[in-house]
Amino acid sequence: MALLSVKNLGIQFGGLRAVDEFNLEIEKGELYGLIGPNGAGKTTVFNMLTGVYKPTAGEIVLDGKNITGKKQIEINKLGVARTFQNIRLFSQMSVLDNVKAGLHNQYKYSTISGIFRIPTYFKTEKKMNDRALELLRVFDLQDEADFLASNLPYGKQRKLEIARALATNPKLLLLDEPAAGMNPNETAELMDTIKFVRKEFDMTILLIEHDMRLVSGICEKLTVLNFGKVLAQGKTSEVLSNPEVITAYLGE
Amino acid sequence: MDFLSYLVSGISLGSIYALIALGYTMVYGIAKMLNFAHGDIIMVGGYVIFTLCTTMGMPTPVGIIGSVLVCTILGVVIERVAYKPLRKATSLAVLITAIGVSYFLQNAALLIFGSGTKSFTSVVSIPALHLFDGALVISGETIVTIIVSVIIMVVLSLFINKTKPGRAMLAVSEDRGAAQLMGVNVNGTITLTFAIGSALAAIAGALLCSAYPALSPTTGAMPGIKAFTAAVFGGIGSIPGAMIGGILLGVIENLSKGYISTQLSDTIVFCVLIIVLLVKPTGLFGKKIDEKV
Repeated sequence: MALLSVKNLGIQFGGLRAVDEFNLEIEKGELYGLIGPNGAGKTTVFNMLTGVYKPTAGEIVLDGKNITGKKQIEINKLGVARTFQNIRLFSQMSVLDNVKAGLHNQYKYSTISGIFRIPTYFKTEKKMNDRALELLRVFDLQDEADFLASNLPYGKQRKLEIARALATNPKLLLLDEPAAGMNPNETAELMDTIKFVRKEFDMTILLIEHDMRLVSGICEKLTVLNFGKVLAQGKTSEVLSNPEVITAYLGE
Repeated sequence: MDFLSYLVSGISLGSIYALIALGYTMVYGIAKMLNFAHGDIIMVGGYVIFTLCTTMGMPTPVGIIGSVLVCTILGVVIERVAYKPLRKATSLAVLITAIGVSYFLQNAALLIFGSGTKSFTSVVSIPALHLFDGALVISGETIVTIIVSVIIMVVLSLFINKTKPGRAMLAVSEDRGAAQLMGVNVNGTITLTFAIGSALAAIAGALLCSAYPALSPTTGAMPGIKAFTAAVFGGIGSIPGAMIGGILLGVIENLSKGYISTQLSDTIVFCVLIIVLLVKPTGLFGKKIDEKV
């Protein structure tokens, strides 16, 4: 059974059908790409998958559970985490605290023990610290743990967003244009990081991207969205040589 | 010696303002609203202690704990009933509601306790401190107020910066949407903020009524406005700003009372606010947020 199965998903804003009849099946462990021209509805799909928008049609099933129209927190707890097209880190918090904010639901202690600082508090905080540092090490950010997130260079902020999303312990990781604004070197490094994350965390990844080298380099399957509708779907090489996709998106 | 005495009692009064201002600033930072009913929580706290200790004759600690509990629950209930349904409404609607809640609390107290001023028995029983051969007298209330306020501020800072619920508060105050998508319960965090703010207001109420032992339904109104001023002075939304702003405001008020005029002291306090806002519109610790173009 597919980890994520989306059937006939649609959303209407007033008279505008932003996404219509959207279908998607992602198997566990797959690295899947969602591409398409600007305004095709890619981020809208992400927003429906994470509960920011309530779909007006269709259903989303994650790992056998119907998550259609559930709240963001519930969907996150059930295992969907994401990054943002325009970075949305907690910029006035430290790098470490950003990851620890992601760990929020993984560790528990009562507010009272936090106020009176009883041993449970110190033990749990220590565990959270260790786990957060472990995640930062994956992205080579351990030396910047005490920096304010806003003081990190752009490429590292993107990485930190991925680390924060992974901290919520997802089954499915959604990356919204992870390579946006990166130079070719940074993009190459990012591709390695994504591959590594997939292997290390046994993660299923769905990403939106415009950088065709990244898409053709790491995605196994692709869905092309155009004007809110699926234009093509399948193996990366097949989709990218599809004449319709070339006319609508890639150009001759 | 006069100066020292004005200064110390100014710091004491300022600490009370700071405790109240913390509630304003935390709620503003996290729920993005001005809770003008916050000042009246102080009055409710005062009446709870008055009822428990003076009317029913229970020991002081019971009164204080009872007052903290009642105010915390009241704060949470007000948030649930009056503000939560307006989460997506315009800020003006929320502001008007808050003013409505404030009038509701004042008039409820008027109905239950009457308009007469009740004399409040101080919750502090330690003797005054006589320094420099009696030239400088520091009252027990002043000492306790300063000590309690310092402890609360330290604990609160640690709580916000070093604990999981505190981190959730910071995250929600920065980006509610992103926090939600990372699994942070925004409604729960806002409730916790109101609970903490109201508990601080209860403590501020006990200290304020001990220092100025007259209790009436409008007791909380003026300190509430002054604490709001202090929060804006320090930069609304900033926790250190509320602490420093509160203490500075208390000191300015007391020094003006001592050296200029008792009647004009409030005028001077609010003039200082106007000047600060003209020179630095974000307050002392406020951050200027540039809109990206």
